[in-house]
Amino acid sequence: MNHFKLSLRMLHRDWRAGELNVLLLALIIAVSGIATVGFFADRVELALARESNQLLGADLLVISSQPLPEQYADEAKRLGLAVSSLIKFPSMISNGDSNLLTEIKAVTAGYPLRGRIHLANQSAQNPTGREEVREADGIPLPGTLWVDEKVVMRLDLNSGDKVDVGTAQLTVTERVMREPDHSVGFVNMGPRAIINAADLEKTGLIQEGSRVSYQLLVAGGAEMVQRFRDWAKPQLTKAQRMEGIRDARPEIKAALERSEKFLSLAALASVVLAAAAIALAVRRFTQRHLDGCAVMRSLGASQRQLLYLYLYYFIALGVIASSIGCLAGFSAQQILTQWLSGIIDTELPWPNALPALQGLLVGLVLLLGFALPPVLNLRSVPALRVLRRDIGLSNTHSIAGYLLGLAALSLLFIWKAQDLKLGLYIVGGFIAAIVVFGCLGWLLIRLLASLRHQAGGAWRYGLASIRRRAVASILQAVALGLGLMAMLMLTLIQDDLIDDWHTSLPPDAPNHFLVNIQADQIQPLQDFFQQHEIEQPRMYPMVRGRLTKINGKDVAAEDYADDLHAERHIRREFNLTWSDELAADNEVVQGRWWNPGTHEAELSIEEGIAKIIRVKLGDVVTYDIAGSHFSAKITNVRKVDWDTFRVNFFVIVPPGLLENYPASYITSFYVPSEEFHRVHELVKKFPNILVVDVATVIGQVQQMIQQVSQAIEFVFLFTLLAGFAVLYAAMAATQDERIYEAAIFRALGARREQLSRAWAAEFAILGGLSGLFASAGASALGYVVGKHVLHLDYTFDPWIWVVGVSTGVAGVLIAGLLGTRSALSSPPLLTLRKIG
Amino acid sequence: MSDSRVNQPILWTQALSKQVNTGEQQLAILQNIELQVNPGEAVAIIGASGSGKSTLLGLLAGLDLPTTGKVHLDGVDIFALDEDSRAALRGRVLGFVFQSFQLLPALTAIENVMLPLELAATGDAGPTARRLLERVGLGKRLHHYPKQLSGGEQQRVAIARAFATAPKLLLADEPTGNLDSATGVQIIELMFELNREHGTTLVLVTHDEALSRRCSRQIRLADGKLVQ
Repeated sequence: MNHFKLSLRMLHRDWRAGELNVLLLALIIAVSGIATVGFFADRVELALARESNQLLGADLLVISSQPLPEQYADEAKRLGLAVSSLIKFPSMISNGDSNLLTEIKAVTAGYPLRGRIHLANQSAQNPTGREEVREADGIPLPGTLWVDEKVVMRLDLNSGDKVDVGTAQLTVTERVMREPDHSVGFVNMGPRAIINAADLEKTGLIQEGSRVSYQLLVAGGAEMVQRFRDWAKPQLTKAQRMEGIRDARPEIKAALERSEKFLSLAALASVVLAAAAIALAVRRFTQRHLDGCAVMRSLGASQRQLLYLYLYYFIALGVIASSIGCLAGFSAQQILTQWLSGIIDTELPWPNALPALQGLLVGLVLLLGFALPPVLNLRSVPALRVLRRDIGLSNTHSIAGYLLGLAALSLLFIWKAQDLKLGLYIVGGFIAAIVVFGCLGWLLIRLLASLRHQAGGAWRYGLASIRRRAVASILQAVALGLGLMAMLMLTLIQDDLIDDWHTSLPPDAPNHFLVNIQADQIQPLQDFFQQHEIEQPRMYPMVRGRLTKINGKDVAAEDYADDLHAERHIRREFNLTWSDELAADNEVVQGRWWNPGTHEAELSIEEGIAKIIRVKLGDVVTYDIAGSHFSAKITNVRKVDWDTFRVNFFVIVPPGLLENYPASYITSFYVPSEEFHRVHELVKKFPNILVVDVATVIGQVQQMIQQVSQAIEFVFLFTLLAGFAVLYAAMAATQDERIYEAAIFRALGARREQLSRAWAAEFAILGGLSGLFASAGASALGYVVGKHVLHLDYTFDPWIWVVGVSTGVAGVLIAGLLGTRSALSSPPLLTLRKIG
Repeated sequence: MSDSRVNQPILWTQALSKQVNTGEQQLAILQNIELQVNPGEAVAIIGASGSGKSTLLGLLAGLDLPTTGKVHLDGVDIFALDEDSRAALRGRVLGFVFQSFQLLPALTAIENVMLPLELAATGDAGPTARRLLERVGLGKRLHHYPKQLSGGEQQRVAIARAFATAPKLLLADEPTGNLDSATGVQIIELMFELNREHGTTLVLVTHDEALSRRCSRQIRLADGKLVQ
């Protein structure tokens, strides 16, 4: 206990005397960096998940073709989750003599749990066709009906009109502009209406055998939703399934997962930087405590006593610094959130406590891992040092000491990455980098030093200094190199990631699909596009067919009774198209694309659907198209990038096989929101064509990508800050030695300018070395991580070498010269007396 | 200070030798040193630079290991002990005054004096340290850091620290080496006064003949051998 009190006292004294500044700063920046990234990433992740759930109307859906048993809703309520339900079914709506097949959604109070229904402001329809939109306050009242644009147009409705829905008569009160729905897309492209579930019985539409989808909507805290999911999964019958946003929308799933990985990568980079800063700061700490330990040994302290003193000392230091770091991190992300609130119009949910715990743990592990071994070596400082100052610690001790730190760092990586693969790649990469950098550094320093006789004045001294401090120089170059490498890699991947998103979903990505275009409408439609200066989109022919045979054997929906998803696909008609070209967002993963002009009965299938309906390369599939049979052999399997929102097909055949079957055409195009009225004109002119508006979905995905990109850039700022901490620690590490050196040089008559030139040369060489290391490492590691973990097409960038080396030189040079200013300006005698 | 073994020497050596390997040859720094210091004595070890004075002092304190020979300190064969036991013995028996003061820069004057008491877990470290600093004339500078003190003041703090644990034997290595002569005289006066007050035995290493004459006995080293 006495040791503990004494170590606290020592800690307090060292802190007061400013001995801990560098170490403390490194630790605090490290921990606050990690905590900020952690807190922020956590909040952004929660927000993104919630944001994307608005497309679903809930955090989770339980969907069934039969009424859902009460137990689902009961369990959700028991877990404190918000619950609502809806029933979806197709039905005719009639206004006098006109009828329209509409998808009707009967909703209950609370719908939607996430997102909002947006209604047209009837009073404020301005002449440009751009309509004012307001958020719905609740759901349709019993006896009323909300309809979408298509219903309004086709049935020529006005507010207050009465329509027949089954046996009920309902009053049209609102026009729906946007609504959350998981199945916006091809499946549900028809007109839509919303009614109150209380009117359902009156309509008399729900009967045995009706095509009805019963849905339970669930929303609440992520943990509770997950608990509900875990509970519900084993309860699901064949007719029931669950859908979260990630199940429903693959493009959002991909974006979310990548951003999560990237944010954890950013957090990892700050861990690397923190480790480098701490390792450097500890070096200085041990140097400065050598004397103290020798004196304590001569005053009778035993090795054990020193061991405990420093053990407690560092545990206390770690806990205090990490706590400050966590607090700082929390405040920083709070400020960040406030600042961002102007840009991100989503309220960020409160973060959970995990990042704080992580920060604390990371701080302690890093400090103990990197600081304890060298500091514990202090206990073996020969007491004779009190008489002979030249006796110190051997370097083998400190190099072995870093091993524990590296091991601790590796474990942290794997833990922080939450992804064994990512963690292992990075650990492997950094260990390899340290070994290679270390050896390379040693060789380069030897090589450079041997050149020093050819070099001019300042360079000669610079090279001599580096050579003399070989171990310290290599350590500095490796630590700085690693830090810079982490930052460069992050920059590279960040750019690639954001570019990749923007190219897959550019601002002019098609936001409308036209379906059911007849052959004789192609020309008039092209004229229409030309007239309205809309870029001519490509028209894809489409033939509908039902899958009937695989390899000559009959296929029935019942064969897929164990898989609801597959069963639905078999029941439904497939859209087949023909083409000689492989679209840019398609990639053949098995087999090969046919030679243009082939007359063989070949077929190309998308890999996901192939898996679902259980067919493979070489199988012969048969479709029933308008009563006749069409068979073809699968000669290739394609991977389709669905993120692009372009027209894509599950099944493609070569031209010349399907032309005799009745075909319609499909296309997609982009209309800016301010020219939305052109779509209305199009609908009026070609009433049979179905217009599918995906602008909302695209807008939401684009907004999300924008937010993630911004979040990533902000998080990067913190990594940068951690980088400065490394630089500072690196400069402070040799500060004492430099002050002493300066005093001797100046006592010997060196001018300040001569000295600062010699140092500048040394810093430039050191910075150049670290820049070189960083560029090499970042190129290699960026390639591996980009390619294998984030699945990006990594582009090799020669600029990285220029940027890396020049950043290294400039950074170290500036920091070095700033850091040594005081050493140059203090009178030599004062310095010599202080040191002596 | 009373001791039951008044007539036993507090420090004696037996054929103490130290050789170092310079790579090409063995260099004998100390050869066959036999000396004896009795309680209450003040002994000066004198000799030119490189005569082995500091090496001898290091061996006497058990800070370094001899090539051959023994050192008995307070009746204990110190090289029969392990390093930690030697440290504990030092803490109990020895006080040090160094040429370069060896104050810890992060500690104030009073904290530097408290340190050996704290390491020995003595309860009244604060009051003892204060009393000693007042005794060496630094009552007003208790909370100054070493760098805020002059050389002479720093050495006074070091002397106060040396006497803090009431050692039986005080080892001083060129205590005036880093001081101007006037300050050096004051420091020496102070050291001898405290030595008398505490009944401490003193072993002093110096190349200053005048200083050595203030001791009751002089031992001269030349080329690693005792001359007289």
